[in-house]
Amino acid sequence: MPGSCSPLRFPYPLLHLHPPPSALFHSLPSPLLHFPHPPFHHFPHPPYTAPLRLNNVSVAGQTQKMNLFQSITSALDNTLSRDPTAVIFGEDVAFGGVFRCTVGLRDKYGKDRVFNTPLCEQGIVGFGIGVAVTGATAIAEIQFADYIFPAFDQIVNEAAKYRYRSGDLFNCGSLTIRAPWGCVGHGGLYHSQSPEAFFAHCPGIKVVIPRSPLQAKGLLLSCIEDKNPCIFFEPKILYRAAVEQVPVEPYYIPLSQAEVLQEGSDVTLVAWGTQVHVIREVATMAQEKLGVSCEVIDLKTILPWDTEAVCKVNRMLENHFSPHVSGSLSPLLASIGPWNLVGIIFVCVIFLCHSMVTVLSNYRWVKTFVTWLIC
Amino acid sequence: MSESDALPPHLVLSSPQRVLRQQQEFTSLEEKPQFPGASADFVDKLDFIQPNVISGIPIYRVMDRQGQIINPDEDPQLAQEQVLSLQTHDPLPQTIAGSVPSTRGKGRPPWCFPHVEPAPPWPEMTGYRGRQPEPSLQFTRLPQPPWCPLIPIRSPCYSRAEPHNRAQRQSPAHLAGRGEGGSGPISPAPCTNPSPATLPAAVGAAYAFKRDNASRAVICYFGEGAASEGDAHAGFNFAATLECPILFFCRNNGYAISTPTSEQYRGDGIAARGPGYGIMSIRVDGNDVLAVYNATREARRRAIAENQPFLIEAMTYRIGHHSTSDDSSAYRSVDEVNYWDKQDHPISRLRHHMVGRGWWDEEQEKSWRKKSRKRVMEAFEQAERKLKPSPQHLFSDVYCEMPSHLQKQQEALARHLRLYGEHYPLEHFEK
Repeated sequence: MPGSCSPLRFPYPLLHLHPPPSALFHSLPSPLLHFPHPPFHHFPHPPYTAPLRLNNVSVAGQTQKMNLFQSITSALDNTLSRDPTAVIFGEDVAFGGVFRCTVGLRDKYGKDRVFNTPLCEQGIVGFGIGVAVTGATAIAEIQFADYIFPAFDQIVNEAAKYRYRSGDLFNCGSLTIRAPWGCVGHGGLYHSQSPEAFFAHCPGIKVVIPRSPLQAKGLLLSCIEDKNPCIFFEPKILYRAAVEQVPVEPYYIPLSQAEVLQEGSDVTLVAWGTQVHVIREVATMAQEKLGVSCEVIDLKTILPWDTEAVCKVNRMLENHFSPHVSGSLSPLLASIGPWNLVGIIFVCVIFLCHSMVTVLSNYRWVKTFVTWLIC
Repeated sequence: MSESDALPPHLVLSSPQRVLRQQQEFTSLEEKPQFPGASADFVDKLDFIQPNVISGIPIYRVMDRQGQIINPDEDPQLAQEQVLSLQTHDPLPQTIAGSVPSTRGKGRPPWCFPHVEPAPPWPEMTGYRGRQPEPSLQFTRLPQPPWCPLIPIRSPCYSRAEPHNRAQRQSPAHLAGRGEGGSGPISPAPCTNPSPATLPAAVGAAYAFKRDNASRAVICYFGEGAASEGDAHAGFNFAATLECPILFFCRNNGYAISTPTSEQYRGDGIAARGPGYGIMSIRVDGNDVLAVYNATREARRRAIAENQPFLIEAMTYRIGHHSTSDDSSAYRSVDEVNYWDKQDHPISRLRHHMVGRGWWDEEQEKSWRKKSRKRVMEAFEQAERKLKPSPQHLFSDVYCEMPSHLQKQQEALARHLRLYGEHYPLEHFEK
């Protein structure tokens, strides 16, 4: 393994740019009345579709081909049909939502259960907390994760601390907040953000991000059933792009459990959401080009995260006053999540083992390696 | 069929003929405004709407400062025992407030709100009529003493453990309780510091009650300063559009810490905002317990019957300092405070009223004062003698279950205390 391997010398053909740069330079304004819009694939990494197995158990029962937004609708449908207290609310959810996640639910369950709120995020989350305090199931939608910040006070100071501060006399455990998340190729500053690290510092809430339709439904149902306030981020670029067989009936994927998608011995790659599909490709490349064996892990739950799965490669020493999770994962999240205005937001946590230290001297190298690859 | 119909729609130009043809199709109906955003007539004269702040929304009162009923039609005709319960509840917080600042510095409560706030009296909000009380839910930032027995009042002040609340984690005066022993009819949702963050939550709870057909209303208290927060705007607007049975109870006491209302708002107080949200609103004399009672009773009845929010602005004056951390003489005159304390106080006004009815006299007053002071001091002493909750409760209730990383932290503290326990005040805490 040459230790001087530099990302700049990495073979170009592995870049999947659509259209190729040459096309961008040579396309002249056309005399036609419409401006040319060549087909542009924002996410050149084919989403990995899992075999129909959950926790190494094959899924039984009827399945249906669903994309990610349909699997969300399916989870919400299951919830409303089984839990008469459950309500869904947010901006524009009544007509089906701007991403089609709530289509048909209002007609099926009534306008008192699926309804629009005024355009006010702090109100939406505060209202959801109140619904949950009475014991009813509240499923709030924030239209884009980018617009969750007006509700930051309600989430961090209220929702997260409700049970603790009242000595468990009151809680808002039946609250779930859903929000479209992550880059979408053309989202600019306020339709691309991945704010999970802000929430990773906040004890009392759970933060969950799925990588696929099958994962999304099982994890969302777990969030809704969980007795703690949960934030569920849905990778919006996969709403239509990712399609797989999803069970029609409810099923659960446990929270706070990472999933090893690929065993490896040299280096551990960890990601969540859309980025899982990127690091799977990276693992293949690393194997082919460098002979490096990568372990690929989908973290799935950002808080409280699965320390055992991720830290088995390299034990970490905790010694600080801040909450455990903020102390270890979040600084990494905060420091290695570069925000690229092209719309690529890449977060990858790397733990190295001794045999790879010479080649991949630190995680920044791999970060550069992968970012360069997908830009 | 013109030639332009063959073009894609975005290239069709509005030709003069086309515009003309549309104008000819106008009917008289279209002379009325058709905008979806408001229901109003046109006006052909430029005229800005002027706020009326000189003569604002009038202040409803039932009795004058001598406790005399002004308009007999408005007398709620409360039974003697009910009025008595108001009177005997009300001095309690005052006694507590009087005791707390004087006991500071002796290891007593480190912090408190040392003042009485107007609140709808106990019989009303519980629907209490000598029968089984029906439950209500209140969201408040401050304790509502008439509704809270002394146990939950005293314990948060001392951060002591209680059977119904095994870990008092908040700063003093932040109550959470379910009435006596944690199971009573009254549920003050836990107080919170960021004001008025409870306001939209109260609306959500009211919505859930409505879906439950529970015949319950929610009441939410906040001050005129908190009403400037975005959460207040959110709560008012959601309550109206989602048709929730909720009472917004604003205590307008003239100050938010040191900030006078002239620096808080320029409209006609808080009550004038209600109609802008489509909320039925009223302004009452907050030092007149019967006026507060009447307004709250009627608002509650209608909120439940009609599923709509009500806003009550109780005008009052903050006699005490903002808190024990505040010296209010730095921003207002002692004379101003004395006027309200001596001339227009809710407790003395109710006392006048009861004396006028022959329900109360000097003798009863003396014995009540003695008794209530004794009760409060006993409660304080009991609380002081109690141990604080076990340190392990620092880690419970963060989540419903305890995640592994918190378990590890808890174990780490236990190990640490085994080694270095002598450096910590462990004797004051339960094992």
